[in-house]
Amino acid sequence: MTTTTLAVLVPLLPFLGAAAGLLLGRTAPGFVRPLAVLPTLAAAVLAVLVASRQGGGRPIDAATQLTPTGSVPIDLALHLDGFAVLVAVLVGLVATCVQVYSTAYLKDDARYPSYAALVSLFTSAMLLVVYSGDLMVLLVGWEIMGICSYFLVGHYWETPEARAASLKAFLVTKLGDVPFLIGLFALAADTGTFRITGILAAVNNGGLDHPTLIALLLLAGVAGKSAQFPLHTWLPDAMAGPTPVSALIHAATMVAAGIYFVARLLPVFAASAAALVVLAAMAAVTMIGSGLAALAQDDIKRVLAYSTIGQLGYMSGALAVGDRGAAVFHLLSHGAFKAVLFLSAGVVIHAAGTNSLAAMSRMSGLTKRIPDAFWTMTVALLALAAIPPFAGFFSKEAVLVAAEHTAFGDRDVAPAAAGWLVLVAGLTAAVLTAAYATRLWLLAFRGRGPEAADHGRQPAAMTSVLWVLAVPTIAFGLTTGVLVDWFDGHSLTPSLTTAVLSTGVGLVGGLVTYGAWRHTTAHAERPPVGAVAAHPDAEPALVEAEAITSHTAAYGTIAGAPDPSDPGRLLLGPLHRHAVTGFHLDALYTALFVRPTAAAAQLVRFLDREVVDTYVRGSGGIARGLGTLVRRAQTGNVQTYLGALLAGSLVLAIAAVVLANVYAGA
Amino acid sequence: MHLAYPAVLAVLLFCTGLYGVLARRNAILVLMSVELMLNAVNLNLVAFDVWLRDALHGGQALTLFTIAIAAAEIGIGLAIVLAVYRNRGSSDIDSLRDTAETDDAETLPDEVDADAVRDTTADQATAPAGKAKKAEATA
Repeated sequence: MTTTTLAVLVPLLPFLGAAAGLLLGRTAPGFVRPLAVLPTLAAAVLAVLVASRQGGGRPIDAATQLTPTGSVPIDLALHLDGFAVLVAVLVGLVATCVQVYSTAYLKDDARYPSYAALVSLFTSAMLLVVYSGDLMVLLVGWEIMGICSYFLVGHYWETPEARAASLKAFLVTKLGDVPFLIGLFALAADTGTFRITGILAAVNNGGLDHPTLIALLLLAGVAGKSAQFPLHTWLPDAMAGPTPVSALIHAATMVAAGIYFVARLLPVFAASAAALVVLAAMAAVTMIGSGLAALAQDDIKRVLAYSTIGQLGYMSGALAVGDRGAAVFHLLSHGAFKAVLFLSAGVVIHAAGTNSLAAMSRMSGLTKRIPDAFWTMTVALLALAAIPPFAGFFSKEAVLVAAEHTAFGDRDVAPAAAGWLVLVAGLTAAVLTAAYATRLWLLAFRGRGPEAADHGRQPAAMTSVLWVLAVPTIAFGLTTGVLVDWFDGHSLTPSLTTAVLSTGVGLVGGLVTYGAWRHTTAHAERPPVGAVAAHPDAEPALVEAEAITSHTAAYGTIAGAPDPSDPGRLLLGPLHRHAVTGFHLDALYTALFVRPTAAAAQLVRFLDREVVDTYVRGSGGIARGLGTLVRRAQTGNVQTYLGALLAGSLVLAIAAVVLANVYAGA
Repeated sequence: MHLAYPAVLAVLLFCTGLYGVLARRNAILVLMSVELMLNAVNLNLVAFDVWLRDALHGGQALTLFTIAIAAAEIGIGLAIVLAVYRNRGSSDIDSLRDTAETDDAETLPDEVDADAVRDTTADQATAPAGKAKKAEATA
């Protein structure tokens, strides 16, 4: 088979798997698991084959016209360059791991068939986005991912948190997608094509008339999808979905789609210095804000969610300094280690019966119960904190080196201001990243108190994929030298200055957190507050859903917990109160958008009920009033009727006489 | 004899009858007034028959018809009045109002509005009173 055929099969197989899963889910439950895992696995293998055949050489392009539109044609096009094939391998790998993990995680779930089919559909859409060479087709995959995310976040729709979170995720990303669509049209209007190759050629020839406008419009969609400030608020709430969904969609792949999109069209963004500075500022705010917020969260998955936002900030920072190689490198390594983090967090939640770090810090022996999750999570946290020699170190270094070169004028793709912004924010965020990674590890695995209850061994399907994903987490950094050929050719190797600097600040962050923990852990006398699932022996997904519900019930909020032994509380000081709520952005959006919308709805309701309905009811009332008047004549007295009859005939007679005289006279 | 005398007498008779039909309360008197009106017409028929010197005396023939029909009519009428009186103990025309349309008779089964619910409850409150009135009338 040709490489093109293989590449077409990659998104097609999970799609067929999803369709078959949705059709057969009820009638043939035995086929659901194979239908979920096998097409995704096959797609992953094919993606690896495509990647090895493409080999980082010249991009492979293939296209067939989808439909004649009269103006800009829409093509079913493939554009396989080094970025596309590698990201597809990541998507295939993580999706396969997540499907395998889900077979155990949701083993007793009644809605597993539709869940697995939606995950397959999502995988297919993401692969379509990755391979597509036509922006309209890319948009189709982009929106399918959005709707799949909506369904999967709301998987536990019995809980109010999940319902609210799924709606919020959908609405906030759509808020970014509207400018995104307009930006795509503006781009097509300027360049005359939706094909990525055509657009890039037009940009090289200076064919863009409004580069800043287009770039900013597209950035709105990217900010929504990739959870960048100010449209990031949906991602922490989206943790109300099942853990495998968080791992696949809200950590490794979908949120990376925005970054990937910018990477594909980087010359369009690079044509506008203003857009790059805006992107850099967005990335800087995102990195630092999410780091602070992550330090204050109590839900283990929310810590990871804020950390995802921060790492995506690194990727946008790399794009803002014009180095897409570094951005996609970080995307790949982050996809691997964040998937490990989320999946092992799922194991931890199941074993501990709670998602609250405060409750975990009062349990001992969790490491003995779940050694696989403990070791893989430790490795992944080290990668997250960018400690050498793990993958996160190399990819984060690539970003910081690119920022440093831009700041000092060695690279002139982006303005030096963008470089400085990304460099300073990146180093600050490195401290915060190390701090919250250390806090998460200490609270989850170094708790003191009664032994954690034994719920038996975790299923092999859940623990084995952790080790599969741990391999790239550990070793991916060693491929730095080879990866250069697949990307633009900029060196990705760390430089001594930034390596020492960022590892140093990272170590400082970690040590300070450790010191704070040693200091505060003396306060941990209080017995654990009761945020523990009601049925800890049930299937993992149910335990998680119950944990989410009980967390709100015990602490009043899903984000924080009144825990005096939390080192984050000591480190953040007065900032802690604001960081827990994500710096009150949700409250701000409620005041700015939600309340006016609700008030407008109230107004419309009032107008409908009181104004429009008044006319409707009035017409009925008038008819009834006339009826009442006419009814007065029906007295039932025969003499009255006769009197009226006489009066009428008299009038008629007089009229006849008068008229006869008038006509006779005329 | 001039035509004016019987004509004026006929008018007087008719008006008396008309007044009786419209104003009297007793059903028998109303029937008698109807007879007066019929006889005013008969008088006119005979007078004009004479005045026009009709060879076939159509007016007189028609008068005989009218008298026969009036006799039948008064027989049926009195029978009805008798039946009504036996039923109700009264032959007062003013109290025979069973065909009257009243506000109480209005019902709105389809309305679900809050106002309508309030109206219906009011209707239900007054409806028994109206029914009682009717029951009293039919007794």
